[in-house]
Amino acid sequence: MLRQVSRLLGRPIAAQQQVKMLAGRAFFSTDVPATPTEDSTFVESWKKLIPNIEPPKTPSAFMKPRPPPPSSIPSKLTVNFVLPYESVLSGKEVDMVIVPATTGQMGVLPGHVPTIAELKPGILSVHEGNDVTKYLLSSGFAFIHANSVADIIVVEAVPIDRIDQNLVQKGLAEFTQKLNSATTELEKAEAQVGIDVHSALNAALTG
Amino acid sequence: MAMAAFVRRGRRIAAASSLISSQPAVTVRSSLIPEEQAPLGVRYVSTQVVRNRMKSIKNIQKITKAMKMVAASKLRAIQTKAENSRGLWQPFVALLGDFPSVDVKKNVIVTISSDKGLCGGINSTSVKISRAVYKLTSGPENENKYVLLGEKAKAQLIRDSKKDIELSFTELQRNPLNYTQVSVLADDILKNVEFDALRIIFNKFKSVVSFLPSVATVLSPEVVERESEGGKLGGLDSYEIEGGETKGEILQNLSEFQFSCILFNAVMENACSEQGARMSAMDSSSRNAGEMLDRLTLAYNRTRQATITTELIEIISGKSALEG
Repeated sequence: MLRQVSRLLGRPIAAQQQVKMLAGRAFFSTDVPATPTEDSTFVESWKKLIPNIEPPKTPSAFMKPRPPPPSSIPSKLTVNFVLPYESVLSGKEVDMVIVPATTGQMGVLPGHVPTIAELKPGILSVHEGNDVTKYLLSSGFAFIHANSVADIIVVEAVPIDRIDQNLVQKGLAEFTQKLNSATTELEKAEAQVGIDVHSALNAALTG
Repeated sequence: MAMAAFVRRGRRIAAASSLISSQPAVTVRSSLIPEEQAPLGVRYVSTQVVRNRMKSIKNIQKITKAMKMVAASKLRAIQTKAENSRGLWQPFVALLGDFPSVDVKKNVIVTISSDKGLCGGINSTSVKISRAVYKLTSGPENENKYVLLGEKAKAQLIRDSKKDIELSFTELQRNPLNYTQVSVLADDILKNVEFDALRIIFNKFKSVVSFLPSVATVLSPEVVERESEGGKLGGLDSYEIEGGETKGEILQNLSEFQFSCILFNAVMENACSEQGARMSAMDSSSRNAGEMLDRLTLAYNRTRQATITTELIEIISGKSALEG
């Protein structure tokens, strides 16, 4: 909360300075003109110590700034659902999402308390109006911020309709058998992981 | 009478030949034709040397053009993947912020570079920035270490910072880059290296001709806790933890996941930058070879024409010596 406020105050001033400094240089529209105040200490200490080389950029320079927490509860939740290979949903406005946290299915509505949730393999359902889209997720994290933005970051996700029931049953049977015949700890752990994933898949399809 | 004529002819021929030998083909640049390669007794410079040079330069031009095409196609393939992975680090920066100016004792500098060369100056830039960050974050109680990804950074840093290199990984791109490989790498680094802050240095791909050196900072869970209790990450405490375990464990998992995600994006961006830099390096190289070829062709033609002119002069002066 405080961080957002400080960013708000820093932004207009920094923006003006930046624009003056960079007037005439070609500037991509995706670049953020404002630099948060934290970076300026880095840039200054860099310039003092290493004046010949341009200071390197930091990730916050490439990111769109997040909106500040609104005064009243907004009507929609903004969801960013990202995988290493693609952003499945980015900045989409929805009514509700249900995430599979390690403590169970957690529903997130606009105006939710800021939360960091660790996710276990399970189903994510995104509710928008009357449409419900379900994805099966591997584990990951979900952050819910005070400004009703939910970030869900997982390693793999598959829409439910692309999963084959028979293969799931076969996989479950295979991994249960592996667990029974496992000798070393490593094999047991691997078989257990396989069982977890397949039973989650199974529950997703049937439930 | 005949003797006098002979003598006169002889003198004329000698005069003609001396005239010719004292005027080598003036337009040929001496640097092109090294003296020792022209066979003895030849009164004109050889075109063979120039021809050989032209052939080799033409081959070089073909090779560099082909390398440019290969780099362009590899770039196309990897660019979409890199752009898709850009959404991965944004939630982490939104939550945990980005503090390159954080002051910690143990800094580990992860430098990402390529394995193969001929890619312009990006590896030197990365190494330069790594050295600068090392200098920036070094202090009386601080210890800085390097973790290197890629052969080129190792070659450059091993010369003067050998004792500071903790780990180095090479041959990352033997199989196409994927998240599993990078997460195994991240796991390796996290297990073997003690750190308070990790600084990942890579070249961010802005466009085919522009690469921005960037540094991404990942803090260890202890530092995150310290900062959240009264430092720059004050907002973090307002977040509830859903996970059943203690905040420390969640922060641990979070920090590890953050590192692997940021590393994945950094490796992809660097690979894109490498292909883009190679494309532009090979392009300028083939253009350069083309220019050299043009200059050599002109020189060759001049040499050839000078040779022909010399022969003609000889024949004509010989004939006129016979007649007159």
